[in-house]
Order: sequence, then structure tokens, then C-alpha cells
Amino acid sequence: MESRFRVLFLIVAIISLSGCAATKNLFGFGQEEAPPPSAEPPGQVIDPKVERREINEPAIDREDFEVGAFVGIMSIEDFGSNVVYGARIAYHITEGFFVEGIVGQTDAGLTSFEVLSGGARLITDSERRLTYYNLNLGYNILPGEVFIGEGRAYNTNLYLIAGLGSTRFAGDDRFTVNVGAGYRFLLTDSIALHLDFRDHLFDIDLLGEEKTVHNLESHFGITVFF
Amino acid sequence: MSEPSITTIPSTPQPISRIWLACLVATVLQILLTAPAHAADEYFSVTVADPYLEMRTGPGRGYPIFTVVDRGETVDVIMQRTQWYQVRAADGREGWVERAQMELTLRPDDSAVSFDKAGLDDFTHSKWEAGLLTGDFGGANIISLYGGYSLNPYVSVEVWGSQILGNFSNGWMASINVVHEAFPEWRVSPFFTLGAGIIHTRPKTTIIQGQDRTDQVGHVGVGVRVYATRRFLLRAEYKSYVVFTSRDENEEVEEWKVGFAFFF
Repeated sequence: MESRFRVLFLIVAIISLSGCAATKNLFGFGQEEAPPPSAEPPGQVIDPKVERREINEPAIDREDFEVGAFVGIMSIEDFGSNVVYGARIAYHITEGFFVEGIVGQTDAGLTSFEVLSGGARLITDSERRLTYYNLNLGYNILPGEVFIGEGRAYNTNLYLIAGLGSTRFAGDDRFTVNVGAGYRFLLTDSIALHLDFRDHLFDIDLLGEEKTVHNLESHFGITVFF
Repeated sequence: MSEPSITTIPSTPQPISRIWLACLVATVLQILLTAPAHAADEYFSVTVADPYLEMRTGPGRGYPIFTVVDRGETVDVIMQRTQWYQVRAADGREGWVERAQMELTLRPDDSAVSFDKAGLDDFTHSKWEAGLLTGDFGGANIISLYGGYSLNPYVSVEVWGSQILGNFSNGWMASINVVHEAFPEWRVSPFFTLGAGIIHTRPKTTIIQGQDRTDQVGHVGVGVRVYATRRFLLRAEYKSYVVFTSRDENEEVEEWKVGFAFFF
């Protein structure tokens, strides 16, 4: 324990020493980088009257966030299928990549064992409520356009997602991996319809031995960019 | 396995979930209905300085160029999505233009427009950063989200939230870190970190009869940030935690994590 703390303080000392070089810049008091010298091309004889100014990015409406809701069907392995609904928020980092946070909720049905045995229950009714959250990285793998009739074109995207999260089910929080694919149909430049297929994988030992279960979900969603 | 429930009444949909759904629908509707209110805004306009400005049908490199706007004409910039700009020409044509082309336009007063673009330089100098990491926390799975603010290229402050999912207990942890990078301009930039926070542990009732606990933690760590592309970076780190428990002995936990982050 003692030596552990010594190591801890030693590291603190190293950080603060190495930080000294940076300290003068800590709150922006230090020397700023020298502005680039005004490079005049040697051959230029006439000095243009237009003054070149350093201008920042103009205020343009950025629509990189996407928020919305979804409803669909989720199958919980051994527990049947039921309606799932939830909400989604996404941030588009580049034209290809986006990050996404999803929360959802569904209710489990009865296992075959519970149906056949009559009254016996594996889990209580409140434990049958399944809620999950996932944090995913997505990639727009097949961007494209679809045409409806002669005069209408809509932008679409087929995307893949993969991520991690937690599922609360049968009285426990379970580490969950989720993978899937989705189709984004842009109704306008700011409103999109989604069709998603996802697999939520987690370990469960409810039926005796621990096993990894696949819980398939498909849902329909609507999102708005802002 | 939990005890069989005595109740044989099948679970019925609870009213609370309907309220939930109603709230969601109401929120989405409100967003949809208020969205067109921005349409009447005045747009930023630029003049085409290159021989022509290429307009695409969508915000991506693969979308076809369907029309061009000639030099000297003015276009309104309606919005920006990632590195693409939606513009409207004077005759009403609307399309998407990539940043490289927008850089070659001029303001109405003939001054140059500077559109920001992410690169290795922003990796060093950007102010904000957010990311997702996962790994092992003393044998349990850990999922962490963080947001960071750079005081200068060398020192940044980060707020972390983590969920810990183990075989014997679950929990969450929140902490504040100070991160010091010795060589922030390097593409592979090592860092030291130091922080403190709280950890909440909830033993699994089916295995251990324990009580929920909330303890303070302190930690030191080392790691590396690697610039990947555009706004992306990869991050890996090792942290050593000391959990200041109310018992006689403090706990020590080692943590390994990898993940990605983006800066903006």
C-alpha cells in the first residue's frame, strides 16, 4: 500500500515537472505563435486595394445532429417477441462516420418452460421489462439515391453500426454488444426515415448454464437533423 | 435463479409506458412542426470565384454533379452537414457543394471566406473532445464516455462517466481527470493523467448478499492518443485506481481501455 502511494506521488511529481514547460501556456498567458509574415510575391508590382483579412468561418446552420424515435419488434431469446420502442441521437462526424446513442425498451413474454409448467415463473413480472442503451459507431457504406416516378429523387444511405452498451433484464445489468445495419431514407434534407436491423448479444445464466444470447430487433424510425 | 413468483396473472401493459410513448411522439411532432420556422432566415451568400461551382445531388463524393454555377454568380449557403454545404443559386437551383470548392468563393465584399476543416493541426489545437472507450476494470467490463476541454495544447480537463458490468457486482463511476500531453503535436501522442471521483458498487443479489456502496476513488494513468483521420482519434490507456473504502483496507484496481474519440 505504502509503496503504491509512493509510486502515485512520484507520477504526480513527474507530471508536474514535465508540465512546467507547458505551464506558461496554461491559461493562454504564454507567447502566442507569431503571426505569419505577410508574404508578398516578389514579382507583384501593383498593390491591390483589396484588404485581405483573417476571417473566421461564417455563421452557417450546421445540421450534424440527428434525433428521433423508433418502434419495432424485438425478440428476446427464449422469451418470445414483443413491441420495442425507444429514442435515438446521432452525430455525423464526416460524410461516412457517425456516432449514435440509442435507448430502448420492450417486455419479455413467457419461456416455453413457463408455458408448459403452468404456474412456475423464472423471473418476476417487473424483471420481464427489458431496457437497454447502446453507444455505436456507424458508417454509411452505400450512399445513394432512389427515384419515385419520374420527377422525384430521394437521398438514401445503407449504414452499418457496431457498439457497446448495457441491457437491464431479469434483474441484472448485462454488458451488451450490438451490431446491425440500417437504411436511411431522407424524406427532405432534414427529415429521415429509418429501417434498422440489430442483434444484441449478452451473456445470461438464467436457464442453468451461462450462454450468449442473440436478441434480434427490427425497427422503423423517424429522425430530424438539427 | 430467483424464486418463482406466486402471481399467475400475466403481465399487462402498464400505463406508464403509454405516457412515455406519448411524450416521445409529442416531442418528435413538436420538432417537426417547428423546423420550417427557420426557413425564413437570411442566408450567408458567397460569389463564385472559380470558373464554376459544382453542385451535387447529395452531401457525398459519390453523388452526381447535376449543374454548375458560373463565375461571378452569387449563391446562398443554406446549411452545412459534415464537410458539405447546401447552396441555392439565384435562379432557385439547390445542391450540395464540398468544402474544397466553397473555399474558392468570395464574400460580397470580395474578401476570402475561410471554412474550417479538420486535420492534424486541429488534433493538437482543438478545444473540445469526446469519446467512447471500453475495456477491463479489475476483471469486469467497463464502458466509458468522456468529454474533454483543452486549456492549452498540453493540458486538458476531462469528465468521465463509466458503467461497470462484472460477474459479481455492477456499478458506475464518475471522475474528473487532468491530462498532460508532453508532445501534443505528435501524431502518436502519449499522455499522463491524474484524477479523482466516486464509484458506486452494487453487488449482485443472486450471488452475494452485500450492500450498495459509494466510495471515493483516486487514480493515475498513462495512455496514448493516435490521430486517425479527419476528426477521429484512437485512444488507449491504463489507469491504476485506489478506492478509499470505509473498511480498513483500501482497494486497488487496474484498468485497461481502448476506444475512439473525435474532436471539434
